Amino acid sequence: MRTEISRRAFLATTTATLGAVASSPGSLPAPSQVSVPPERLLAPHRLLGAPRRQYGDRSPYEKSVRYFKPSSTPGTGASRTPLQDLHGIITPSSLHFERHHAGVPQIDPSHHELLIHGLVERPLIFTMKDILRLPPVSHVHFLECAGNTASDQLGQPGVDPQMSHGLLSCSEWTGVSLRTLLEDVGVKPKARWLVAEGVDASRLSRSLPLEKALDDVIVAYGQNGEALRPEQGYPLRLVVPGWEGNVNIKWLGRIDLVDQPYMTRDEAAFYTDLMPNGLARMFTFVMEAKSVITRPAGGQHLDGAGFYEIEGMAWSGRGRITRVEISTDDGRSWRDAELNSLVLPKAVTRFRLPWRWDGSEVSLQSRCTDETGYTQPTREELVSVRGLNGTDHYNGIKAWYVHRDGKVTHV
Amino acid sequence: MSDFTSNAKPSGWLVLSVGIFAAAHTAAAQTPRYDVGRPATQAEIRARDISVAPDGTGLPAGHGSVAEGRTVYRNACAACHGERGQGIGDYPALVGGQGTLTSKAPVQTVGSFWPYATTVWDYIHRAMPYQRPGTLSNREVYAVTAYILYENHIVPANAVLTEKSLPKIRMPNRDGFIPDPRPDVKQPSPRATNKSESHQ
Repeated sequence: MRTEISRRAFLATTTATLGAVASSPGSLPAPSQVSVPPERLLAPHRLLGAPRRQYGDRSPYEKSVRYFKPSSTPGTGASRTPLQDLHGIITPSSLHFERHHAGVPQIDPSHHELLIHGLVERPLIFTMKDILRLPPVSHVHFLECAGNTASDQLGQPGVDPQMSHGLLSCSEWTGVSLRTLLEDVGVKPKARWLVAEGVDASRLSRSLPLEKALDDVIVAYGQNGEALRPEQGYPLRLVVPGWEGNVNIKWLGRIDLVDQPYMTRDEAAFYTDLMPNGLARMFTFVMEAKSVITRPAGGQHLDGAGFYEIEGMAWSGRGRITRVEISTDDGRSWRDAELNSLVLPKAVTRFRLPWRWDGSEVSLQSRCTDETGYTQPTREELVSVRGLNGTDHYNGIKAWYVHRDGKVTHV
Repeated sequence: MSDFTSNAKPSGWLVLSVGIFAAAHTAAAQTPRYDVGRPATQAEIRARDISVAPDGTGLPAGHGSVAEGRTVYRNACAACHGERGQGIGDYPALVGGQGTLTSKAPVQTVGSFWPYATTVWDYIHRAMPYQRPGTLSNREVYAVTAYILYENHIVPANAVLTEKSLPKIRMPNRDGFIPDPRPDVKQPSPRATNKSESHQ
């Protein structure tokens, strides 16, 4: 085995072209003028392959990772999804962005319970085994941190899609409809809100209006076909489709039906956008329509004039994406992009547009429209209304700049 | 359930569209139960329920003074938040900032921004100190809340907070919040899209 591994490592370093494609996340394929010698292309077929394994991992040539800065509070903060390296609409669970407030708890599911109480007919405690007995639902939804793209609002645009828009991910979530659980406990007529709470060290809690709770909220235990990852709330979390990430309570342990919002720290003091007049917006739950071009994008390099497919992602907390337009002339004219076949409500939607680069300096922008008719605004439009002090919920149009040498940058 | 809408007392913007809500609520009442899960006893609920509402619902009986709170703060909080709540590095300031909310560099602290004193008590109780949450007694939480409010000039030096007095404190920025007005940006109409250029 050792010999094989070292031969593979040797191949990895010598198959320069293939290696460059895989090992430089964020860049387009390297120039293809140098073709791979036929004996190297065929080499893997002449080696006995690796054995089976119980739990798979990606190819060692795939290096794409989440990004985060070191801090004095490593359990508190965010990590960013490398959007430019993703294919399709699903974010691999291992690359889903993170945002924690007191670290990731390690929870034994056999010791985890969900208490639903307050203004209910029958306060109940559900074990994980109980939850798994109830009818499951599965839906694909994006999750986005309210603070995603804040640096773009502030005029310090992210250098690549990961740094500008990486607090966004999209998964298939499986669990029980919250409505099912609320029906079982019997919500009393006086209940207007619920307070959901995690069992992490911050016991993060948020108030949600009952109207949303009875609509499309999922008490999820599954993510992309397997159990939630610990950093995504294992063994149980709320998924509140289309609403700011913070309300999607992870490590969910308690739901309290109440008659008023409880003004927890993360709804009374944070996630409230301060406007230029000194007033702050409260309970700004919905993440509005947003899009980003992921190729060609900042940090990448175009290999000379010619054909490139423009690709990107669009999403809206209000429903389906119905249209994405692309401008290659600083927003003066717009062309409709094609939406890929899977267009789901409150989910990442892929778009693409064939494009022939003439080698001149151009900007690439996308703007999306959702099924409510809402169209993604420009940064100038947003800042003129909201100013620069409240930096959550920003959804302005993002531009990348292609330079004559093929470099794509954020400014 | 049929009397739900007549019982509803919409009070300002906190009550969301009651019509849709009532329809959803009625439908919920008609669905059969699964009889999964066990009844929660009052003791189990008491042991887990730590929620505190702005009207004081959920606050345990207790009291704590500014003077006691100064000691609690020095022992449990100052290492991260600074000697008098000014904040250090990644650890936010708890004090100051009043009058800065319309400036180019607003300082949003308990004193300048937080609308309810109950939120301060609730957050300290559930999540602080950062390294050892849940280690303060209820009395210590009342006391350190009083101290932080004192440093923000919201309560006097001789203040003693209780479950009765805490919800009555009027925070300086109590009226500083508005409901979500979005969509708040004028929409393009009609669209200046050149359809003839689209696709190849």
